[in-house]
Amino acid sequence: MDADAMDKTLGGSTGLTATAGPDLSAVPAEPGASKPDAIVVGDGITRRFGGLTAVDVAHIEIPRGAITALIGPNGAGKTTLFNLLTGFDVADAGTWSFNGQPLQKVAAYKVARRGMVRTFQLTKVLSKLTVIENMRLGATGQRGERFWSAPFRALWSAQEDEITARADELLARFKLDAKREDFAGSLSGGQRKLLEMARALMVDPELIMLDEPMAGVNPALKQSLLGHVKSLRDEGRTVLFVEHDMDMVRDISDWVIVMAQGSIVSEGTPDAVMSDPRVIDAYLGAHHDADLSELDEAALEAAVEAEIEAIEAGEN
Amino acid sequence: MDIIEILRTALSQALGPTAIVFALAAIGLNIHFGYTGLLNFGQAGFMAVGAYGLAVTVVIMDLPFWLGIGMAFLMPLLLAIVLGFPTLRLRADYLAIATIAMAEILRLIFGSVEMKESFGGSNGLTGYSKPYKDLNPYDGGLDLGIIRFSRDDLWSVTVGWTLVALGCLLVWALMRSPWGRLLRSIREDEDAVRSLGKNVFAYKMQALILGGLFGGLAGLFHALKQSSVVPSDYSTNITFFAYTALLIGGAARVLGPVVGAIIFWFLVAGLGSIFSQATEGSDPLLPTWLMDGTQASLIRFIVTGLGLMLLMIYRPQGIFGDRREIAIDGR
Repeated sequence: MDADAMDKTLGGSTGLTATAGPDLSAVPAEPGASKPDAIVVGDGITRRFGGLTAVDVAHIEIPRGAITALIGPNGAGKTTLFNLLTGFDVADAGTWSFNGQPLQKVAAYKVARRGMVRTFQLTKVLSKLTVIENMRLGATGQRGERFWSAPFRALWSAQEDEITARADELLARFKLDAKREDFAGSLSGGQRKLLEMARALMVDPELIMLDEPMAGVNPALKQSLLGHVKSLRDEGRTVLFVEHDMDMVRDISDWVIVMAQGSIVSEGTPDAVMSDPRVIDAYLGAHHDADLSELDEAALEAAVEAEIEAIEAGEN
Repeated sequence: MDIIEILRTALSQALGPTAIVFALAAIGLNIHFGYTGLLNFGQAGFMAVGAYGLAVTVVIMDLPFWLGIGMAFLMPLLLAIVLGFPTLRLRADYLAIATIAMAEILRLIFGSVEMKESFGGSNGLTGYSKPYKDLNPYDGGLDLGIIRFSRDDLWSVTVGWTLVALGCLLVWALMRSPWGRLLRSIREDEDAVRSLGKNVFAYKMQALILGGLFGGLAGLFHALKQSSVVPSDYSTNITFFAYTALLIGGAARVLGPVVGAIIFWFLVAGLGSIFSQATEGSDPLLPTWLMDGTQASLIRFIVTGLGLMLLMIYRPQGIFGDRREIAIDGR
């Protein structure tokens, strides 16, 4: 399927249902559940900041070829777990593997080269480079990035053309082609999210990890972002994402992992997790079933936060 | 007041060997700071090891001149590696502190009494530049009225501007390549680059080495045109003069450091000439209670500094910079 056709089928529709992923119905809905074909397997991953244990995950498995959501209240350790898995932070203890190869103590850039690429919660577009240059940077194995061949254009121009063609294809798919020559710093927040996702795809990752892809994105762009995330899975990639937007989690994820205070407290299909009383208590709040469009979202968030605080106060 | 004399002094400095030394040093800083975002405050140290690499090899070790030239390239390379390994993994400020300390340590060692046998103490080293002078093809100096070079200077200007041109060509070729794109990306956000599978440390090291080699080349050229290597020539304010030249011309632009060095020395020499004329003679233009000859030689730096401040306020991108790039910073 070419990029345009993919956009037509995925980009515009709103009634997204998660059916194209692997069949995870047989997997028990319990923390640390074992999956039939896990791409990432981790054990005893611990990270402490002074006295605070930010991450303490006994066992985690990410199913291959599926969209897995990582949810949980602020401070649950989701981003820290992302940083640990991708080599951007160093774990105090634990082992984890990607495609069966151990990944602990592997440098971040090597993790990315093996096919596990992440985006950032606060987008990291290179603002003083143009959009197309941002994209070109993502390509791996560039001859022109080697010092001795860099001064000689003939050695890398053909490859650069291939890279540019691929980048243009992705820009068109993510509807950023009109911004091609603009400095990335001039993009809006949502466009930056799109650019970061598109740039990560230039690496051609097997597993793409999105840290809050919906944060700060306007509702219109959200729908197309949802479509893009689904299209990643449909072209055979595994997606792991952190998100607070429950509509998105429900719409597109095949599997949901819930973290609280550093550890995994619940796992399951979106429906199973969202009916788990512990998750409702700890995170979703009593109104999670109501249609968000009928409620004041800000008031809901405030209510959820108040509930979380009450729970935490009760536990202390 | 003799306008021709002022112009001649200014142009001879701006196009002469002094400006070339700073242009080369600033090209190195442009690679470090302008393109990669590495804060090297020790370019004077790289210059010193380049100059001493030549002088020590030839004068103290009594080895051939061309081997000395080789050492002038090898020493800055080693210095960059030694400096880079512990600091390039850390935040940018650590490199700044380490480099400024390195430059001071080197200058003090080169000038120390204890090491006089090896480095010649505060008097430095001389007597290594004969092969360079012997290559001079010119019969006499150059006098165009408005600009004047001695025979030696004419040769140095020829060699120097050729080096600058080749250096600019190399920087241009590198910075339009994917390699240059990677350096500029590292300057913007190295975590983003890392997340795309690039070995950021290796690229920062390459940039540090390349910029350091240009620093070494500046020192080597200074040693050749001067025929002596003196530790006081490599004090930290040399680094900051080179930074000034870079910022005037515009960082991250191929010709920025070169044009910046020319303008910087045009201003410094021209102002120096104006003020010295205004205070000399039995009936000076400026009354002695306002300014005497000694003060006149210093005030040019004050005025240059004032000019730099105005430039940073009204044209922060320098002469060649792109205003749009600076505007993005404000977000």
